[in-house]
Amino acid sequence: MNYLNLLKVAIKAIASNKFRSFLSMLGIIIGVAAVIIMMAIGQGSKESVRQNISQMGTNLLMVRPGADMRGGVRQDPSAMQTLKQEDYDAIVQNKKYVTYVSPEVSAGGQVIYGANNTTTTVYGESIEYFDIKQWDVELGDSFSDEDIRKAAKVCVVGKTIIDELMPNVSEPIGKTIRFKSIPLRIVGVLKSKGFNSWGMDQDNVIIAPYTTVMKRILAQTYFSGINCSSITEELTDNAIDELTDILRQRHKIKDGEEDDFTIRSQQEIMETMSSTMDSITIILVVAAAFSLIVAGIGIMNIMLVSVTERTKEIGLRMSVGARGIDISSQFLIESIMISVTGGVLGILLGWLGTVLCANFGLPVSIPLWSIFLSFAVCTLIGILFGFFPAKKAATMDPIEAIRYE
Amino acid sequence: MEEKKVVIELDNVRRDFKVGEETVHALRGVTFKIYEGEFVTIMGSSGSGKSTLLNQLGCLDTPTSGEYYLDGIPVRKMKKNERALLRNRKIGFVFQNYNLLPKTTAVENVELPLMYNSRYSARERKEAAIEALKAVGLGDRLYHKSNQMSGGQMQRVAIARALVNNPTIILADEATGNLDTRTSYEMLVLFQKLFKEGRTIIFVTHNPEIARYSSRNITLRDGKIREDVINTDIQSAAEALAALPVNQDD
Ligand SMILES: Nc1ncnc2c1ncn2[C@@H]1O[C@H](COP(=O)(O)OP(=O)(O)OP(=O)(O)O)[C@@H](O)[C@H]1O
Ligand SMILES: [Mg+2]
Repeated sequence: MNYLNLLKVAIKAIASNKFRSFLSMLGIIIGVAAVIIMMAIGQGSKESVRQNISQMGTNLLMVRPGADMRGGVRQDPSAMQTLKQEDYDAIVQNKKYVTYVSPEVSAGGQVIYGANNTTTTVYGESIEYFDIKQWDVELGDSFSDEDIRKAAKVCVVGKTIIDELMPNVSEPIGKTIRFKSIPLRIVGVLKSKGFNSWGMDQDNVIIAPYTTVMKRILAQTYFSGINCSSITEELTDNAIDELTDILRQRHKIKDGEEDDFTIRSQQEIMETMSSTMDSITIILVVAAAFSLIVAGIGIMNIMLVSVTERTKEIGLRMSVGARGIDISSQFLIESIMISVTGGVLGILLGWLGTVLCANFGLPVSIPLWSIFLSFAVCTLIGILFGFFPAKKAATMDPIEAIRYE
Repeated sequence: MEEKKVVIELDNVRRDFKVGEETVHALRGVTFKIYEGEFVTIMGSSGSGKSTLLNQLGCLDTPTSGEYYLDGIPVRKMKKNERALLRNRKIGFVFQNYNLLPKTTAVENVELPLMYNSRYSARERKEAAIEALKAVGLGDRLYHKSNQMSGGQMQRVAIARALVNNPTIILADEATGNLDTRTSYEMLVLFQKLFKEGRTIIFVTHNPEIARYSSRNITLRDGKIREDVINTDIQSAAEALAALPVNQDD
């Protein structure tokens, strides 16, 4: 029998048992929808994490005090105070693969203007910080080298600070805010970055010269880290080697001894994050895929019932000349139709679910290949779980089948 | 008769059925030859093995022992697909209990054998089915479903289905058992026409009248041939039909 006829027979068989066919499709529908939604959430989160990380800066390299903590060894607090002004100077003098450098110190606390106050973090940075972060000063200007040298009481603030402290002030430049009783004159306002996907307000910051934060606010002599950027993404590894050499020399670390600092590149963070996201996605998808196997067994069950119910019909078809292959293709196509129709409905449901998730603010993005994959998997399930019932039908004895009541 | 080709040859065919502990001997060694173009009626009491024999001849079943040669080829040695092909192209089979597809129109039922013949297009299939249905007088019931028809109508659909593939061998099991006298004769006229065209017809019946219209009659008893006679005086079914008293309603 040709495929068009087989298809017609299958449609007729499914249509004459609509409710039953729908029930057996339901497993596939739910399974496929689950796979699609899981993949969409996985992909969406990955994309949003990537975006967040790339917002951290361009070709960012983060130098932090202390040996690599990933081993989980506890470190002496003094080991966390190894990054000093001299290290910064050495990097600035010897850098080849590194373009921008900014030491970092930070202090959290309340900031006050008039009767208003809000909680924020003050970051002490160099001017190059704005280049590393690719963060523009929208209003006014950033502080100057002069300000850094003099540890001037000036700052650049994020949008949130303005909104919280001076909602009615039209010209914030030149106004003085107080952080831990230190007055800081606003010289610039940063362009808004909004919230990141972890829900952090990126505009709730104050950037001041690092000298000001170190000397006037914290009274400490070490940095909490040094942020740099490599010339290009490709030269990241050279930049890491360069920084390592400079710092090892400065810290007089002998060959074979471990670094007393850690350098992380943005790329590395991105890779770690996406591989974590990937494994979470895989776990979710595998769980959803199991439901597809269960759905396949459901289809097999229905097909077996269908074969038994239609024993007489099978006998009749055989007696007028249907070969085993004609009979088995008839049932195989029926089971493929059930699973593929279920798959298509599942894709639709998954898409609806994804839209719903997006409405709830979850980052989602349906990878196109997941649709093709669902399609292929459904066809495969149809063949796989339809095979046994189809074979059972094809190997019936015509006369016994036709006598079956 | 001698110069004619042997189409069917049975050589001591036996067919046993196991029913629980017991064995039913439905056929106990049947031997005969049927030549091309014969119209054979098979008679015998209920349970004498007529349907069992016809299933053998229709390549639907294989003998427990003995050999069945169709066109000289032992059916037992054929592959399943070869037998399916024979059933599809060479043989037309009318079942005793019709065996129509449920909830399916007359045309679709009659089309069924042609569905498994790739030489027919959808249109040719339908045309052939309609023609066959017209031949059995069901031109006005083409799209009635099998469960919307009377027993006699279903029987005629079954006959149409057996004829649609232009078979050279027609096997009919009680093909007129459910028909009134007039329709029975109409069917007989049809079978005699096929007989004149040179087809081989084997017609199982309980009605001794019908034997008068065939060329040969075989009588079975307890799975054995009791009688096998050539009819030298074949009656014309058309004449008998014409001689029937005309129905008042017509
Ligand atoms: N599949 C089967 N299993 C067991 N016994 C069977 C089977 N088919 C036929 N028989 C037995 O074989 C014998 C012959 O049956 P068959 O159907 O050939 O009779 P028949 O001559 O066609 O009778 P009828 O005129 O009533 O149709 C019967 O005794 C029947 O019980
Ligand atoms: Mg019978």
